[in-house]
Parts: sequence; C-alpha cells; structure tokens
Amino acid sequence: MGFKRKDLLGTRDLSALEIRSLLESAESFKEIAERPLKKVPALRGKTVINLFFEPSTRTRTSFEIAAKRLSADAVNMSASTSSVVKGESLLDTVDNIQAMAPDIIVIRHKFVGAAHLIAGRVGARVVNAGDGANEHPTQALLDLLTISEHKKLEPGLTVAIIGDIAHSRVARSNIWALLTLGITVRVCAPPTMLPRGLDKIPGVVVCARPEAALAGVDVVMMLRIQLERQDRMLFPSIRDYARIFGLNRQRLELAAPDAIVMHPGPMNRGVEITSEVADSDRAVILNQVSNGVALRMAVLFLLGGQGHE
Amino acid sequence: MSNNNSSLLLKNARLIDAGQNLDEKADILLVAGKVAEIGASINSTAATVLDLDGAWVMPGAIDMHVHLREPGFEHKETILTGARAAVAGGFTSIACMANTKPVNDSAAVTRFILEQARLAPAKVLPIAAISKGMQGEELVEMGDLVAAGAVAFSEDGKTVADSKLLRHALEYASLFNKPLLCHCQDNALFANGVIHEGVISAAHGLEGIPTLAEDLDIARTIMLAEYLDVPVHICHVSSKEGVRLIKSAKERGVKVTAEVTPHHLFLDERAVVDLAYGETLDESLKPEQLCYNTATKMSPPLRSAADVSALRQALADGTLDAIATDHAPHEATEKAVEYDLAPFGVVGLETAVALSLRLVQEKVLTPLELSARLSLTPAAILGLDDRGTLAVGKAADLMIIDPELQWIVDPGKFYSKARNTPFTGWQMSGRVIKTIVDGEIVFTL
Repeated sequence: MGFKRKDLLGTRDLSALEIRSLLESAESFKEIAERPLKKVPALRGKTVINLFFEPSTRTRTSFEIAAKRLSADAVNMSASTSSVVKGESLLDTVDNIQAMAPDIIVIRHKFVGAAHLIAGRVGARVVNAGDGANEHPTQALLDLLTISEHKKLEPGLTVAIIGDIAHSRVARSNIWALLTLGITVRVCAPPTMLPRGLDKIPGVVVCARPEAALAGVDVVMMLRIQLERQDRMLFPSIRDYARIFGLNRQRLELAAPDAIVMHPGPMNRGVEITSEVADSDRAVILNQVSNGVALRMAVLFLLGGQGHE
Repeated sequence: MSNNNSSLLLKNARLIDAGQNLDEKADILLVAGKVAEIGASINSTAATVLDLDGAWVMPGAIDMHVHLREPGFEHKETILTGARAAVAGGFTSIACMANTKPVNDSAAVTRFILEQARLAPAKVLPIAAISKGMQGEELVEMGDLVAAGAVAFSEDGKTVADSKLLRHALEYASLFNKPLLCHCQDNALFANGVIHEGVISAAHGLEGIPTLAEDLDIARTIMLAEYLDVPVHICHVSSKEGVRLIKSAKERGVKVTAEVTPHHLFLDERAVVDLAYGETLDESLKPEQLCYNTATKMSPPLRSAADVSALRQALADGTLDAIATDHAPHEATEKAVEYDLAPFGVVGLETAVALSLRLVQEKVLTPLELSARLSLTPAAILGLDDRGTLAVGKAADLMIIDPELQWIVDPGKFYSKARNTPFTGWQMSGRVIKTIVDGEIVFTL
C-alpha cells in the first residue's frame, strides 16, 4: 500500500490509492507546525537539494522548511548561482550534484520534462517542483489536502479551474489528480489560453465563460495570470481580462453557497481575483500555503525516509 | 574505383521496377555501369554471376531530401558517412539540402560538395539555397549553381516568407527546369512550438505546432505555382489538410509534387510521451527514456493518428509522389537535453527502405508502387533521366532486398555518425542486403 515510487514527477499517473496515502501522511505532519519545537528527526543525515532553475520564493521556501522540519540538510541552488549561466547542460549539472550524493533533488525548471530527464539519470530521488507548463504535483496535492479540510474528495464534488490553463502546470496537475479521484473538473480560460485538444481529454468540461464554470461549483481555483502574456497577443489588456474572467463577489454568488476559493499564488489582486474575495472567509488561500509545508514533508518523508533504507 | 568494363550478372531475381511496369522473375546483366540486358535466362561467360535465389531487385532508392551537414557541421555527419549510411539503406542517389555552413548558395560550395562526394559510395546531388545565406532577401545565382551541378533549390529548414521573393524564385528556376523544394511553414503560427498541437501538447504543456502553420503555407505555395504555371515540390507533408490541398491542386492540373517521410507514416504524436507505443521494442535496445524522448522531435512534428492515416492513403493513391527521409543527423549530446532545447530532426537513411517494405507488408503499397515512390518519381521530379528505373541503358543503380530477413534497428550499428532515430529497437522484416551503384557493389550486408 501507499506511495512506493522512486520519484514524484507528476500526478498524471498516480493512482487514487497513492494520492490518498500521500494526503493521509500529510495530514499527520500538519500537527508539527503547531509544536513549539517544529522538528522531527525523520530525515536526519539526509541531504535535500532544491535545484531551482526558475525564480520561486514560496515553493522553494516551502520545500526548504519541509526538509528542515524533518531534520534533513537542505541546500538551495538557484539558476543564477549555478553553472547554467556558464553554459553547462542540465545533465552535466545533475551529474555533478549526484556526485555529492544527495538523497533527494527537488527541481523547478522552465521546460517540460526536465524532472523526467534527470530522474532517469540520477540515483537520488527526484521531486518535480514544476516543469514548464506540464506538472507541479506537490501544488495539486496540497490543493487536495486543503479541499479535504472542507469537502469530501469523492465523486459528486465539482471543481472549477479558471485562468491561463494553457500555460499552467498547476491546472494540469490538479486536473489529473481530481479526475483520478472521480471529481468533476470544469476549466475556463480565454480561448487564447485554452490549449487546443483539451476538450478531447475525457472528463474535462470546458466552459467558455466563467459564469458557466462557476454555476453551483464546490471549489473555485483561480490561476495567476502572468502579466507578460499580454505582450504575446493572448489578451488585449489586463482590464479586459479582469472584467471578463476575474473573480468578484457577484460572480462568486453563482457558486455553491459553501464554495471555497483557492489560488496557488502569487495573486494579482484586482486582476484574476478581487481583494474582497481573496480576503473573505470563503478564501482558503493561506491554508493552502500552510498545507504546502505538511504535504511536502510527507513527500520528502515517503521518498527519503523509512521503508527506503 | 570503377572498372568500366566489368560486368555483373544477377540471376534469379524478382525484378520490381515501376519504370518498366515489371514485377517478375528475371536475370539482369549489368555492363560498364549500365543495365545491358533483362531476360528470363541470360548466360554470360564474361560476367561475374550472383545467384539471388528469388531476392528482390529494385532500382536504387533516390532520396531527394537529406542533410549531410558538410561543410560546417562535420561532427554531426559528413558527406562520406552520410553516403555510406545511404547505400547501407539502399539509397543510390541522395540530394543534400543547402543549410550547411557556409550555406550552399554559391557555385564554390556546390563544387566543394561534389568534390567531397568523389569518394562517396552513393551519388550525391547538391541542392542549392533559394536566397543568399538563406536570409530570404536576395536570390542566389541560379544559373551559376546549375552549371556547377545543383539539381534543385530549397530553403529547407525554413520557409521563404516573402511571397514576392518566392514568386521570383519559382519563375527564375523554371528557366533551368530545376524544381523548388518548399519547406512549408508559417513562422508566426509555428512560433516556439516543439510538438504537434493536439491532445498530447494540451495534456503535457509542450508548445504546439498547429497543422495550420504548414497548411497555410502549402496553400500559398500552391497558389503561387498555379498562378505562375510552374512546377513546385512540397517537402515532408505531415497533415491531412496538406494532403487535401495537394490533391485538389493536382486535380486542377497544378504542377505540384510532394514527398512524405517514413517517420510521418509510422509514428504519431503519442510517440512523444511513449516512444514504444504500439510497438514491441527489443528489450536490450529499449531506450531508458520513453517519455519526452528527443528522438521524436522533428519539423514538421509527428501529427495525429488521423493525419498518419491520411498520409498513408495519399501515398497509396499517388497524391504523395515520393518517400524521402529528411535524414537530419545530430550529435548525441545535442539531443540529450530538455525537449524544448533539442534540435529538430531524425536520421532516416538506414531505416527508410525497411520501413517502406513494411508498407508493402501492411498492404498500403504494392511492390511496384513502392518502386515508384522510392525511385521512379523522385528521379522524375529531380529531372534525373538516367536513373530511377532499370530499363536497358539506364544506370546500373539498384538495391537487392531480402524481403524476409528479420532484423532489429540498432543505432549502434549505423554507418551514419548520428544515432537520433525514433525507431531504435524496432523489429523489422526485410532488408537491403546489397547495393549497386554504376554496376559496382558498394554495400554488402
């Protein structure tokens, strides 16, 4: 039973059993954050390398805190300090890291498949902390953990994901995990940010307008709109995007009365979500952040801890 | 190297030659580099005799689309290694694209290629660029290039975006009866795409290349050729809509021809995330990475299953005239990178004929149609009237095939310098066992 893989590369091929056992384990780590001494010896003597080729504050910090609370030695490497700037290939970089005998490598990279590429190369366990627009499994799992605090993760539940679906690894990892658990997924994006072919994936309901996506849903996930996309002709203006796709109080009325609102952060207040909604008691955005640490502790523990000696 | 007086008698062959509409048991006598006689039973005391015991003899395959990388990228391939790969795969003539460094945009470069090809076992036919430096601004000196030996003009790897320049290139090239081989691609729609825009790109977040990027440019190219009433050839067609455009143009009488690659006939977009899909790969050769393997990255990309079946249908009905490999060698380290960063292209010379035989086994083509698509039509498109068929008097360029030989694609055994094939570990049935160029045996398995 449980999670027995070498690496966590995505949610796409995780079974429902694996997802539930990761969540269950994360549940047991939540309590550590409440202790005066927030540390357990589970990964003492283990080395976790956070290899971030893309700027990230919260995900990297979350992994770092998770590793440290498990007593692992956490080392952060970012692209600006790594040899990437000197023209070294990814495989050469990870060969060098592997030579220092880390136990777990957490990788964030701008290109799809980077985590898969290194996972096939190194003996260390690999956690994908985001590869291009492909997957960000720990984000999806912490989202599920957060939902489970309010709703039952089972068929009958409906989740709407609204925003730049095409470029979102958060959306993809959530879609796979939710579908695996039998949960209904609606996606909504401007047509320019909706990948062609998505409607052919069984189980995904594509909605043209946020009003249709929101109608009666239990969970609303708003995605960050990357403001630089405006330059690529994907939408005419922030103002136009906010007007049509932004989540405000009136639109939220369309959702189920007890619907929760999520956002993976960082938020553009007033663009994809109004402050009124983001700061309301419907929003569970900061719970997502807290749960991120517990979930990542569970992932690091299951990959690097007991049972793998 | 060549002894012009030597003669070779091939006995008990199954001669398959679309040029003569022949598929029958025959003996073939080759004298002084040419086909001298075909008959039910030929006897010659002077000739060296090879008893083929029913093996197939077909005109040597002619690949109108390869990249030999020399000059400039000799670490990927050289003219010599590319030509060795060619004859090992049954190709006796190969036309090499102009995107070398320097670009083949001058008679000097064309002459250099021919000079380097002097010791090559296959006939190497240089294709010149359309514009100087492939910059899409000024036409190359076409007359000078033709005089030096260029057989066609192509900007392969990119498109001629400026329609006025393309118009003038088509007009001017018609002066020499040399075809333009067009790589059709709308650059703005292609953008930063790396795989086919479809279910796989949607699911995996890889940037998609819409078929529209290709189709729009095929339409533009056909319309120019139709307006000017000149011939044009479309490279590596990969989409269903592209096929429809070509078919309807042909029906209107437009002088358009087109080629298709074996990888577009055998693989679809699913290979990007599961290189082994639908195929039982030899265990000892199975690549470690089946998902996002960069050996599936080429331009145009592997399309949908519906596109693949349209291409097969079009190859069968003659809408697609020729099989060409788009042999694009790259060094292993260049491909051992993130999918987005890998260069486009796969090698094909050593697998194309074997895969084509599979089209016969799968009843897509008859053996005679195969001979047309591999030899007769490419020769006709390139205006090579001395080859493409084994009629008496033509060049003795041929391949001998054991149609039942079982073998496994092992890139470690390639003659090419490069290993970037998506067919590693495929179990094949049928293989070229000997290749003959100008009457000389240049390859024996």
